[in-house]
Amino acid sequence: MEIERHEYDVIVIGAGGAGLRAAIEARQQGKRTAIVCKSLFGKAHTVMAEGGAAAAMGNVNSDDNWMVHFRDTMRGGKFLNNWRMAELHAKEAPDRVWELEAWGALFDRTKDGKISQRNFGGHEYPRLAHVGDRTGLELIRTLQQRVVALQQEDYETHGDYEAYIKVFQECTITRLLKDGDRISGGFGYWRESGNFVLFDAPAVVLATGGIGKSYVVTSNSWEYTGDGHALALLAGANLINMEFIQFHPTGMVWPPSVRGILVTESVRGDGGVLRNSEGERFMFNYVPDVFKDKYATSEEEGDRWYTDQANNRRPPELLPRDEVARAINAEVKAGRGSPQGGVYLDVSTRLPAEEIKRRLPSMHHQFKELADVDITAEPMQVGPTCHYIMGGIEVDADSGAASVPGLFAAGEVSGGMHGSNRLGGNSLSDLLVFGRRAGAGAAAYLDGLPARPKVDQVQVDAARAEAEAPLQRAGENPYEVHQELQRTMNELVGIIRKAEEVSEALEVVEKLKERVQLVGAAGTRIYNPGWHLALDLRNMVLVSECVARAALLRQESRGGHTRDDFPGMRPEWRQKLLACSTEDGTSITIEEKAQPAMRDDLISLFDRDELSKYLTDEEMAEFDRIAKS
Amino acid sequence: MSYKAKFKVWRGEGGEGKLEDFTIEVNEGEVVLDIIHRLQATQAPDLAVRWNCKAGKCGSCSMEINGKPRLGCMTRMSTFSEDETITVTPMRTFPVIKDLVTDVSYNYEKAREVPSFTPPEGVRPGEYRMQQVDVQRGQEFRKCIECFMCNNVCHVIRDHEENKPAFSGPRFFIRIAELDMHPYDVAPDRKETAQGEHGLGYCNITKCCTEVCPEHIKITDNAIIPMKERVVDTKYDPLVWLGNKIFKRSK
Repeated sequence: MEIERHEYDVIVIGAGGAGLRAAIEARQQGKRTAIVCKSLFGKAHTVMAEGGAAAAMGNVNSDDNWMVHFRDTMRGGKFLNNWRMAELHAKEAPDRVWELEAWGALFDRTKDGKISQRNFGGHEYPRLAHVGDRTGLELIRTLQQRVVALQQEDYETHGDYEAYIKVFQECTITRLLKDGDRISGGFGYWRESGNFVLFDAPAVVLATGGIGKSYVVTSNSWEYTGDGHALALLAGANLINMEFIQFHPTGMVWPPSVRGILVTESVRGDGGVLRNSEGERFMFNYVPDVFKDKYATSEEEGDRWYTDQANNRRPPELLPRDEVARAINAEVKAGRGSPQGGVYLDVSTRLPAEEIKRRLPSMHHQFKELADVDITAEPMQVGPTCHYIMGGIEVDADSGAASVPGLFAAGEVSGGMHGSNRLGGNSLSDLLVFGRRAGAGAAAYLDGLPARPKVDQVQVDAARAEAEAPLQRAGENPYEVHQELQRTMNELVGIIRKAEEVSEALEVVEKLKERVQLVGAAGTRIYNPGWHLALDLRNMVLVSECVARAALLRQESRGGHTRDDFPGMRPEWRQKLLACSTEDGTSITIEEKAQPAMRDDLISLFDRDELSKYLTDEEMAEFDRIAKS
Repeated sequence: MSYKAKFKVWRGEGGEGKLEDFTIEVNEGEVVLDIIHRLQATQAPDLAVRWNCKAGKCGSCSMEINGKPRLGCMTRMSTFSEDETITVTPMRTFPVIKDLVTDVSYNYEKAREVPSFTPPEGVRPGEYRMQQVDVQRGQEFRKCIECFMCNNVCHVIRDHEENKPAFSGPRFFIRIAELDMHPYDVAPDRKETAQGEHGLGYCNITKCCTEVCPEHIKITDNAIIPMKERVVDTKYDPLVWLGNKIFKRSK
């Protein structure tokens, strides 16, 4: 059978915030752009983002600016961040948020009519542009409607809505294609028909999100199978920081079927507090040394902060997510958890019922409908849930370019921006800033490309054979293999890690690799979820191996990587990035790479005392030299 | 706590299909989508269903449960008795692709026909100033998760394929209302195009759309009726006419 074939300048894989913003940019720069996504247009995981988009607009507190945001981001990431990305992000986020407003977004307002900004963990000032607790939905809908607006322009000019930008929805890419070193396109299948499709395109932007579906307890949707991470590896790119996974401190814990679903950090930003079974606000016991002078030491001070931020320090419930998640984990382990194995998150005694419903409508709805809990009258039970991977494709900060020419990445699938831990609110702004940059990077790459790379039929045939294989054999049930992978990662490479357990996980992953080769999919090619899962498993197993191997190597605890056998940060490890790659497409090798030193003007934004908690003696000597000159 | 439930699930592709019987385990706190997933994992690996977030935020898992349009992820099993047979079918207004998955492209085509947000010339990004009270009206409609159940339940197109070309459905009436209420939108004649090009006049306010909306958007009261009232000057709409007559009589 002939394979359906399309020619484009750029294909963007993934239609969440990063993918759509990249596609909009590529199209605005005159490139013919295809958006290829696994779900329907407008359903991407970005819709689940609740709290907001962090941007130092200074609408609520005029002391805020990009330098404060930059510092907060680096601190949150425990100084492992790619500082250039953190700098670009902090500088450009306000423009990206304002641009959304010009495309029709309706953010909540301040009294003087500007975009309102809310408090969030790790952010010094109120910084998150938001729409109640459904900011992600607003973002995705605005970008979706911007794509439609561009299509309407193209219809006026060319008589065809899809002349310059087309959405291929419910279409999954299984392989990237190359001509020599360069990207030449992508191969995939339509979920609806099961037919194959070939994209002939010299530039590919990966914006596929994360990997949460390798864990049992996760806030992530089914799409988060690490597709982009795996496609990049298989095309020869590196992944960095894969050991750093963010366990969001507050996922639902009951009923079992909703375990892991996110409870927004806005609950704490708006006044909610964490208590253990003894009624104690335990977070006061968990403020780490590096943050000691920035957080309140008494409940009274913490409570005063909500109304007077100039004269009080913030409550420790608003520590970065990694700290809060570990604290909850420790309380539950110490036997001070709630009946269903979490802790209590209470906003009911903190705000009037009407105010809760206005500020946190979707949380109110979610608990009412799914758990029969009225959050205006009783506390929620919450616990950590696998939420976000800081690690991803190693990219050039300015252009989003990966090491493979023609390959670009943005959003969760890329690595570096968030270091070892992402601050809440920095994801939506990351999508916008680096989505735009990756789209522009792809456009610039095309302009400088001497000749269009050619699609190699041998690679197409191989991709086709690989995709068809599960349909052609009566093998093991893919759902069982998936469940075993999820259990393994959850139990052995979870929030707290030990060398023996991670090694055991790697042994299981080796066996799962073989089983993945043998899974079978019953039924026809038409909309067959068993077949789709069978193909996604390759990606999940490959990425899980990256996570486990890197977790075993990094002998320290930092951000989203906590080693029981190596507690505490070690400054020499801050200088190292672990880069994963694959030669044969099935096994992962890891190489240590040096973290580039921060530019002088950026490092000078920090106090010596603070830096000394993170940097080696040699680095501090260098800092003193810079400070003197 | 767990029990065996009886399910009838519509299965088929290519225009043919039938209800298939299943007996399946149900545990405490589960929703209908959990049961569909358990069927996939244990009895019917190729059972097709759309879903994403499983938290009522993405609007993917729209289906009809015992004949009523519902999100599978927000329909708790505890709302049924243990001996009840639960029937799950695809949305009826859209062509079935396979099992519970329908072709909803109608909605995406209609979305393209609504002129986009049109700000006035010369307002630069960052210069927008709006009051909360003014954005709140539009925000209600922007809560829409595009589950398309309002369009599915709407009797104008539910069993009337012939009305589809001229009728965009409640989803896009609230989209037009939202733009019409946007403090900075300057596109002309939003309400008139709702009537003339999107078939607002076909709606006779039975409020079925409002009833099924999982986001509890008051589609009829807050979007459709206000638009109908204001286009009456230029267009004849029997319902508004009737409403006005009754209103006058009762005075």
